[in-house]
Amino acid sequence: MKLLKLVPDHTNIHFLKWRVPFYIVSVLLMAASWGLVLTKGLNLGVDFVGGQMIRVTFERSAEAPVGALRGEVARLGYGEPIIQRYGKPNEISIRMKLPEGADHDPALSDKMARTITADVKKNHADARIDGVDSVSGKVSKELGWDAFKALGLAALAVAAYIWLRFEWQFGIGALLSLVHDVTLTLGMFALTQMEFDLNIVAALLTLIGYSLNDTIVVYDRIRENLKKFRKMPMPELLDLSVNETLARTIVTSLSMLITLVALLLLGPEVIFGFTAAITLGIFVGTYSSIYMAAPILIWLKVNPKSFVPTETALEKQERLAREGV
Amino acid sequence: MLEFPRWKVIWLWALTLVCALAAVPSLTSMTNIRLPASLPQPKVNLGLDLAGGSHILLEADPSQVRQQRIEGMDESVRGKLKAENIRISDISNNNGALSFLVEDPGKVDAVREAILPLTNGAGLTGKRDWTITVADGNRFVLTPTQEGIDQAVSQAMDTAVEVVRKRIDALGTKEPTIIRQGAQRIVVQVPGLQDPQQLKNLLGQTAKLEFKLVDSTALPSDVARGIAPPGSEIVPYANAGEGGGAPAIAVKRLGGIRGDELTNAQMSNNQQTNEPVVNITFNTEGGAKFAKLTTQNVGKPFAIILDGKVLSAPNINEPILGGSAVISGRFTTESANALAISLRSGALPVDLKVVEERTVGPDLGADSIRKGMIAMGVGTLALAVFILVTYGRFGVYACIALVINVLMILGIMGLIGTTLTLPGIAGFVLTIGAAVDANVLINERIREERHRGRRVVAAVEMGYKEASRAIFDANITNVIAAALMFAFGSGPVKGFAVVLMIGIATSVFTAVTLTRLWVAQWLRRARPVDLNL
Repeated sequence: MKLLKLVPDHTNIHFLKWRVPFYIVSVLLMAASWGLVLTKGLNLGVDFVGGQMIRVTFERSAEAPVGALRGEVARLGYGEPIIQRYGKPNEISIRMKLPEGADHDPALSDKMARTITADVKKNHADARIDGVDSVSGKVSKELGWDAFKALGLAALAVAAYIWLRFEWQFGIGALLSLVHDVTLTLGMFALTQMEFDLNIVAALLTLIGYSLNDTIVVYDRIRENLKKFRKMPMPELLDLSVNETLARTIVTSLSMLITLVALLLLGPEVIFGFTAAITLGIFVGTYSSIYMAAPILIWLKVNPKSFVPTETALEKQERLAREGV
Repeated sequence: MLEFPRWKVIWLWALTLVCALAAVPSLTSMTNIRLPASLPQPKVNLGLDLAGGSHILLEADPSQVRQQRIEGMDESVRGKLKAENIRISDISNNNGALSFLVEDPGKVDAVREAILPLTNGAGLTGKRDWTITVADGNRFVLTPTQEGIDQAVSQAMDTAVEVVRKRIDALGTKEPTIIRQGAQRIVVQVPGLQDPQQLKNLLGQTAKLEFKLVDSTALPSDVARGIAPPGSEIVPYANAGEGGGAPAIAVKRLGGIRGDELTNAQMSNNQQTNEPVVNITFNTEGGAKFAKLTTQNVGKPFAIILDGKVLSAPNINEPILGGSAVISGRFTTESANALAISLRSGALPVDLKVVEERTVGPDLGADSIRKGMIAMGVGTLALAVFILVTYGRFGVYACIALVINVLMILGIMGLIGTTLTLPGIAGFVLTIGAAVDANVLINERIREERHRGRRVVAAVEMGYKEASRAIFDANITNVIAAALMFAFGSGPVKGFAVVLMIGIATSVFTAVTLTRLWVAQWLRRARPVDLNL
């Protein structure tokens, strides 16, 4: 059987030739992402800002009557709702701020949920309530802080490990590409205004894991080649390493994409945002391993000497003996 | 690298088999096949986000425990000093401490002596629960220490978890999860529960029942303004404002009894008015106290107080000696039933407040699972085809390893009783990615080594050896990340981390160790001179 070969055997693409323009583009994209996050803001779910979210499916309608709903819910006197589609066009979520004083008296938020669901069911016979989430302000702050802390600590610890196993420049490179990946994903969420909830944090963690995996594979090859080719200039050595791992990069990314596209197209709507984030992460993560993690090693002046094993006293004795001194 | 002694081969297969077998109950539970009940069935439970149900996070207020302790100390100190015949005055239990004046300054030392045993820690820490300070010569101030409060909160929470469990069991819901979380929270998860209203009503009720004597000396005008005579307090009616009755009533602080010494509480209907009431039966001790209270106060009204609100204030017509009583108070059948359950399960030692609540409908859950299964199936199939056409025989090994990997993850999750949630599925996706990547790395490396002119066996050996380094580093970093996420993250982040940690272990085992075993056996058997790779 003739096997499929997506990448020819000996590629020699000068990836690193474009490192400066690509870096500029990356930095600009990151800046744009931050700009978007700061100006448009993330569409934070009740997990992070507190409040109430009621999910409704209109079983016999092709499209949810968003406009009508907005008016109906607003008339109930609990303030303006944020109504959003998720997944299919007949599935929506209604988000409300918790009523004044609900932090002390949870019965108030209960009453609001009951009033709204009863009203929706009364006005729309085919409405099916799929779920109600109520998160108090205090808990939401904690959830947000916990997620942030877990993400930050994990990233730092991973960078420290890479520093130990490789060199400090690699640790910085890995950390930088993590920041790059997370920033661009946040940027996408700010741009599309898809809802950002705790599940998306899990997606973010997945893409960090994937991107890290990719970065380490490239770094491992760089480390190997640094030991093998002492005299080779860094840009050339990085190109060689990226080319040598290119087949693996393509095959692995494609494998992940195959599963993810299946989940995107056929999977349940609830995880659409989540799968979309991971899918984007595959592209961003692969790109960042090549164009963020690798070139930084040139600028941070990694050289083959970093990987010359330091001689122990015993080894020195043996060497001197061998050399007949 | 390619040598596998027989014992090792047996060991590897045994481990694989055990884990994979443990996955069987989880897989059959998604189909209609039923396993014989006699077999042990470790099963992966689906999280509420997938299966539907209610999740409620309850929080206690520690300041309430503090106030309760101070009030309790107030009573003990009064009793103790009364017994010793020492007069005190200007007693105040507000502002987070208990303070009082000893009228005879000469007795300060005697007071200290008397109250010292009351302030010793009940715990094993040896620390005092209270600090005693004396100001201006004869003013005692007793302040509860943080250690004492923490311990009291912790005990209260332990009791609260038990009470919550009893109440939920009384509802007859199946497989509820009730876990204490942190210092002052309780998580309640009930799969399949669609309307958590009843549950919340039940848990929102502290069910602290008290019987106190009504202070008939209080002037109605004072009561209306919230001013109580000395030694009394104003308690509002539960149904204040309805029917034009008095909004509040003055009751004596002391001399009442608590309604926590019960053996039973049942909802029934009043025979005359047919309105729902709750019948309570005291235990021997409670019955004796109740008998004493009613005997000594015949002809006077007493108030039945639930959670700080007066339900009713009937006259004591005759001593009640039978050890049972009837509580009425404009109940509905539902609220009377809830009160009966609450009283049976005991009062909550602290008020619990719902701070987070999530309900997922069953349709959404079932729909999600079905679609998720189809998507996973199609995705896995497409992935298998892709790997097969890319790596041939080595691809077959990779695919079998992948299937075993999935089985092992499910098996181990079932054995340790983890719940699979949506973020857990993300962990699954990442692990499968990592497993595939390990095989891709190995196979690409073998290709490379062949191109460099190595012989088959040497190339395979080098391939595994060289690729293992990157696989090792990548997986260790993921383990580090997962461990930190598990330690510091909450809910979904934790769920993700658990699956990731299990998955990393199994994927290294299946994708590296098992495939190496198969490749080694094949090489020994077939002795190929070239690889189709």
